[in-house]
Amino acid sequence: MTDTPPPRPRLSMRTRQALWVWGFLALPVLFYGVIRFYPTVEAFWLSLTDWDLLSSPKFIGLENYRRMVNDPAFWKVFGNTFLYLIIGTPVSLVLSFAIAYFLDRVRFAHGVIRALYFLPFITTASAMAWVWRWFYQPAPTGIINGALGRLGIPQLDFLQSTTWALPSIMVTAIWAGLGFQIIIFMAGLRAIPNTYYEAARIDGLGEGAILRRITLPLLKPTTVFLVVFSSIGFLRIFDQVYNMTTNDPGGPLGSTKPLVLMIYQTAFSSYQMGYAAALTVVLFLVLLCVSLLQLRVLRER
Amino acid sequence: MRKYILMAGLLAGASSFANTAGAVEIEYWQYIYETRVKAMDQLIEKFEAENPDITVKQVTFPYDDYQTRLIAATMARKGPDVLQFFYGWADKLIGGKVLQPLPEDTFKAEEIEADFFPIVTAMKRDGKYYGIPTAVRSLALFYNKKLFAEAGIDAPPATLDEFLADAKLIAKKDDAGNFATIGTTMDMPGQDIHWWREVLVRQFGGAPYTDDYQTVTYDSDAGVAALKWYTDLQLSEGVSQQGFMGDGQAAFRGGRAGMTVDGTFRLGSFRSIEDFDWGVAELPANAEGVRSNYASYFANGIGSSSEGEKLEAAKKFLAFVSSPEAMELWLSVVGELPARRAAALTEENLQDPIYAPFLKALDYAHTTLTVDELGQRQITIDMTNRVLLQGQSPAESVAEAAKAEQAMIDAAKK
Repeated sequence: MTDTPPPRPRLSMRTRQALWVWGFLALPVLFYGVIRFYPTVEAFWLSLTDWDLLSSPKFIGLENYRRMVNDPAFWKVFGNTFLYLIIGTPVSLVLSFAIAYFLDRVRFAHGVIRALYFLPFITTASAMAWVWRWFYQPAPTGIINGALGRLGIPQLDFLQSTTWALPSIMVTAIWAGLGFQIIIFMAGLRAIPNTYYEAARIDGLGEGAILRRITLPLLKPTTVFLVVFSSIGFLRIFDQVYNMTTNDPGGPLGSTKPLVLMIYQTAFSSYQMGYAAALTVVLFLVLLCVSLLQLRVLRER
Repeated sequence: MRKYILMAGLLAGASSFANTAGAVEIEYWQYIYETRVKAMDQLIEKFEAENPDITVKQVTFPYDDYQTRLIAATMARKGPDVLQFFYGWADKLIGGKVLQPLPEDTFKAEEIEADFFPIVTAMKRDGKYYGIPTAVRSLALFYNKKLFAEAGIDAPPATLDEFLADAKLIAKKDDAGNFATIGTTMDMPGQDIHWWREVLVRQFGGAPYTDDYQTVTYDSDAGVAALKWYTDLQLSEGVSQQGFMGDGQAAFRGGRAGMTVDGTFRLGSFRSIEDFDWGVAELPANAEGVRSNYASYFANGIGSSSEGEKLEAAKKFLAFVSSPEAMELWLSVVGELPARRAAALTEENLQDPIYAPFLKALDYAHTTLTVDELGQRQITIDMTNRVLLQGQSPAESVAEAAKAEQAMIDAAKK
């Protein structure tokens, strides 16, 4: 009886496992590489060129950025974008938290009320924008101005004014995103164990103190998520603005124009792809900074 | 069952055989506009009946996407054989080699210039034509006959002074001081931009640009006077309000505007108005009787990638869609005026109370050549807004706009 040991596998178990793991990982890596990172890198490169889509891109170094810094239209749009961010995000968060906080206690028709709040979020942004646009019209067609007129209050110009156009659009954007934020806040509120509240009440803490000491700190992960999420949303605002001011995109004298709309116009109506790419790079960096900053600030506290 | 499959197979085989037997398929591209697509379907059907060896495939895209698609397809060498484009895009499409010059054996420059309205020359570059229109559009004054009768006016205004006087009679405010009815619409983002640029500036004694449209010349007394006259409709005459009911078209359709300046393309939409009768008149002349108008068109051209037998078929098809016969069909289906003089200026059309004012305008109309249509439009809109919303003086605003627009034109030349 000649007994030969079974041939040893050429690769050890460990190596084979590692190969499998890397094999599976390769797919998403490839996907991200091709679908996400490659275009991003390409955009950086495009921002250094002069390209009108028709002829081949011409390398011009930092010329697009130099032009941007000297372009008053860019600074106007940049300011608008930040206005959307610094007004929109806190207002929408405070509102949605307040609504979620109280809605959490409502027992009567809870589901219906919640659904009503959520409804705007699932409605098409353009349809919503057109309805709001009609609300904002001057009397006699616009219902807000119609109501003001009946009360003897002079009408507001809303979208026709360089001062009020941006807040008017912001209101619709906040209103549209509210449902989502409320749902998330409510989920967060529900996740806080009831025993904490019971203990606090036994210790004789008032409602205000409970809110400050228990609810808000425990809601932090939810809040961080919503702050980042809604900031990104406001920095990328487009649908509402584009649809509410189709005649004069970006409002009278660019008063409501956000960065994304400027990118769209630069790229697809003026065909200045290089300049549009440079604007995109700026938007990307702003988004990145704002997100990192918020994550950091809210984590440390 | 088997027999049917066999039959189906045979039929499929037969039809694909028929396709290869000397038949050629060409692609026609345009953007989606319901009546235009419908008209083109009918034209293609007729054309294919006359030319059994040619199949025309109509490809359409949403307006917003159309130019991008054209450019992308051309870069991929998959562009259309025949395409429709707005005259204002011509430079861009020629520069980007989307279009090829029309073959001179079929389309002779002298013939085109003799047969078509003068605005066709906007398609000519270095003596070569790059497109010819099927239909043209011009502006006129639409007026609400019901509001005119209520104000005791029996005819549309012939001059700018009459226009203002009529507007004053029609405009009405409610107790709160808000407009219930406006005398005339103010809609710079609509057609007023053309009214100001090609009509009012000229009527106040100036010109908007030099003849080659390379130099802005409206920064003049005429330009300032024209802007002042226009913005005064709201600021001091109190006959209108910018943005009333959203836009001019909506205000007129809603029966709350006495007059509006709009184009041929609006006829279809206004025809469905049931609450009141409306009429069309030539745009008001100035006190000296000077008239002007703005005309524009979508032209059809031949794609740069079309060659060989496809090019031959494309030539035939282009000649067919710009024939008088096609123009008549276009007028009845789309409502746009024929681009050939002979087809347009028929006795019947000239007697038509609606078509006549538009047709008369074609002989004195200008066609603005733009380098960035939307960009230049935005400059004019902003110019008006600075006066209406920020109280800037018309003179300063005109100067600022002219500077910005000149910079835009210069940048495009590079």
